Amino acid sequence: MSTVLKVFKLPDLGEGLTESEIVNWKIAVGDSVQLNQIIAEVETAKAVVELPSPYSGVVTELHEQPGTVVEVGNPIVSFDVPGEAGSGDSPVGPAAPEDADEAPAQREPTLVGYGAEVETGKRPARKARRQGTVGAPPRAAAPAPEAAPAEPAPAMGEAAAERPRSTPPVRKLARDLGLDLERLDGSGPRGLITRDDVNAAHAAGAPAGTGSPSATGETGLPSGAMAAGAVRTLGGQPREVRSPIKGMRKHTAQAMVDSAFTAPHVTEFLTLDVTPMMELLARLRADRAYQDMKLTPLTIAAKAVCIALERQPTLNSRWDAAAGEIVQQNYVNLGIAAATPRGLMVPNLKDAQGLDFRAMADALRDLALTAKAGKSAPEDLRGGTFSITNIGVFGIDAGTPILNPGEAAILALGQVREQPWGYHGEVVLRQLTTLSLSFDHRVVDGEQGSRFLADVGTIMSDPGMLITML
Amino acid sequence: MTNPQAAGERGEELIQLIDPSGRRTPHGEFDPWVDDIEVEALRRLHTDMVAIRRVDQEGTALQRQGELALWPPLLGQEAAQIGAGRALEDDDFIFPSYRETGLAYCRGISAEDTLRVWRGNAYSGWDPFGKNMATPQIIIGAQALHAVGYAMGIKYDGGSQAAITFFGDGATSQGDVNEAMVFAASYQAPVVFFCQNNHWAISEPVGVQSLTNIADRSPGFGIPSLRVDGNDVLACLAATRIALDRARSGNGPTFIEAVTYRMGPHTTADDPTRYRDANELDLWAAKDPIERLERHLVDLGVDEAELKAAAGEVADSVAASLRQGIIGLQDPEPMEVFENVYSQPHAALDRQREHYALYREQFADASSATEEGAR
Repeated sequence: MSTVLKVFKLPDLGEGLTESEIVNWKIAVGDSVQLNQIIAEVETAKAVVELPSPYSGVVTELHEQPGTVVEVGNPIVSFDVPGEAGSGDSPVGPAAPEDADEAPAQREPTLVGYGAEVETGKRPARKARRQGTVGAPPRAAAPAPEAAPAEPAPAMGEAAAERPRSTPPVRKLARDLGLDLERLDGSGPRGLITRDDVNAAHAAGAPAGTGSPSATGETGLPSGAMAAGAVRTLGGQPREVRSPIKGMRKHTAQAMVDSAFTAPHVTEFLTLDVTPMMELLARLRADRAYQDMKLTPLTIAAKAVCIALERQPTLNSRWDAAAGEIVQQNYVNLGIAAATPRGLMVPNLKDAQGLDFRAMADALRDLALTAKAGKSAPEDLRGGTFSITNIGVFGIDAGTPILNPGEAAILALGQVREQPWGYHGEVVLRQLTTLSLSFDHRVVDGEQGSRFLADVGTIMSDPGMLITML
Repeated sequence: MTNPQAAGERGEELIQLIDPSGRRTPHGEFDPWVDDIEVEALRRLHTDMVAIRRVDQEGTALQRQGELALWPPLLGQEAAQIGAGRALEDDDFIFPSYRETGLAYCRGISAEDTLRVWRGNAYSGWDPFGKNMATPQIIIGAQALHAVGYAMGIKYDGGSQAAITFFGDGATSQGDVNEAMVFAASYQAPVVFFCQNNHWAISEPVGVQSLTNIADRSPGFGIPSLRVDGNDVLACLAATRIALDRARSGNGPTFIEAVTYRMGPHTTADDPTRYRDANELDLWAAKDPIERLERHLVDLGVDEAELKAAAGEVADSVAASLRQGIIGLQDPEPMEVFENVYSQPHAALDRQREHYALYREQFADASSATEEGAR
């Protein structure tokens, strides 16, 4: 009796899954199996499921070991199946795939949805895009010195992480030709990469990603070796993803290094009962006159900082090493650290010392909205004199903030939360917060730093005391 | 004070004609409605249930083998679906959810047509007006409104048909089902609301969303309800016949709660072991609808082996032709996505068709470039 070799490829067992793990095999090579006999247990992101055999026949090969994570569409088991015309239970039909010839360079007609495309070991293109090495020469072939990014870093303000603008057919063309769109300049409107751009680059012999772009994992191991590791990685991502150091990340890193290794940092902490401040905020929010304002502990802290800086001006100074001078700035450009789509930014409020309570609240709100939208102007980011970082919004109590370069101090606001606290001789639940102040010890002595922190703390814990400072 | 979670299990409230041991339990009100169901008719109900269980198992297997994108199993709910399905006349119109494989089977819709939509090969498997059965409704409970609208139409036309809609316990918490009950009651529409309470709205147990029995909800709308053992095919058949008779004789809508159990996952993409107790499965396995009917038939003198073999033969042939049909399905051509959207030509759709064709032409170009690149 003639037999036909049938290869069973891992299907999409859920909805839109890209891979699953073989938990165990219920069969061995040489076993005869029946249609729908359970042959394996497979774990997807959603469930552990039993895999029924799609064929009646003899197992000839198990392509993957238990514990292996297999991409959808990769072969997992092969069968010798009795001749084609056979019994009705053999899943043979006009559109049945001819798996025997093992050249599945096109859509697999029996699969639906996401599993359809055979990916032959490549990572899905969408995952690979940001790795920055698609199309680069294999790392092993080009030892260390060449590995540094040769291309010029993009201009600082440029949104470097955005993928190149193009259209799906052109993306496909580029992928088919092994071209990396990141390396092409678009001639279309707003930098759109056109079909002509891709064809031109191809004709000019642009570095074609030889073969499968990431057949070599970033560890230098072949992908098979990675898979054999069998451990699910964080987020199911490749073991390592390399991104060029550029744009905001590079800028931020340089600023932090400059600051941390030039200014000797001292950090002090103060934990205080801000219940009166929280009550004041509640009263203000309930007052019709303030109802359109966004009032938070940050509003009070910003006001408090401006007032305390007037009493301790060294914290608002600048170490001008080039000139050999200390510059005392009698104005406050108050920086507020913001997490933005482009990374950490510290836009500042110019002349914050001149803002009244309402203007301060409005300005803080506008500043945050602008930064979060990624629209802070370069001017907003320059010339800061003192910064506040509001780590409390992340549910954090305290930290040791690093100075914004050029500034003498930075204040971190912790979260406000109920904690037991000694109050009128009893332990009661009060609203507490912790302030963390870092300052440049070249400019600021412990005395000034401590007095400043105490002043801010006094205003925040007992806003009425403000009257003693004016 | 009764525990709401346990309320669904109180036997005395559940109308039952065949108990889990296979014993026929007399019921004064229901018995006359099934006194025509002799041994041969019971055997046909048994064969139907065995066949749809096989279709269902084949659906799950085909999904695991990559032949279907998704499959919603009905395992455990065979009696509710066959009991209701075999009570209907051919011109009664069925508005199902997505789990009513058994109803499609009763309507003579081929298993292949039932499954093709789950392969993503077609918008729908059949012509609703050819089979008097709407195609599967994915939106929870939306079909109840369609059924009531259709039933109001029957009433305006002076017809003697009825509409019946199927949904689960979860759907009774949806606005659509409640709105449908308002209209059905106000217009005294000839419609049957058939709820298969399978105890789980995906991962939500029925006790969490209703502190009373599901059947207690409809009387608030002025719709009388029947609460039957959903694993008892005879009780389901009788209840549906009663409800249809009320509809046809101008007495308006009826609500049936068939208390059953979803033995499988919500769909093939679900893992019920994450949220439900395996002991619950054992409890309900003992109430299996097919096994209880087998015990009853054996009590009536039917040979067990012969009974199973005959039903198995039907099931095997349905399953084999289903597998053959599904695997043989051709993928539709991309441009076919525009077919059967509207019954008549539509300018906006024509424009989209034209644009999509142009878009696709760009890919054709890309693939020829690849071939060049490969050389």
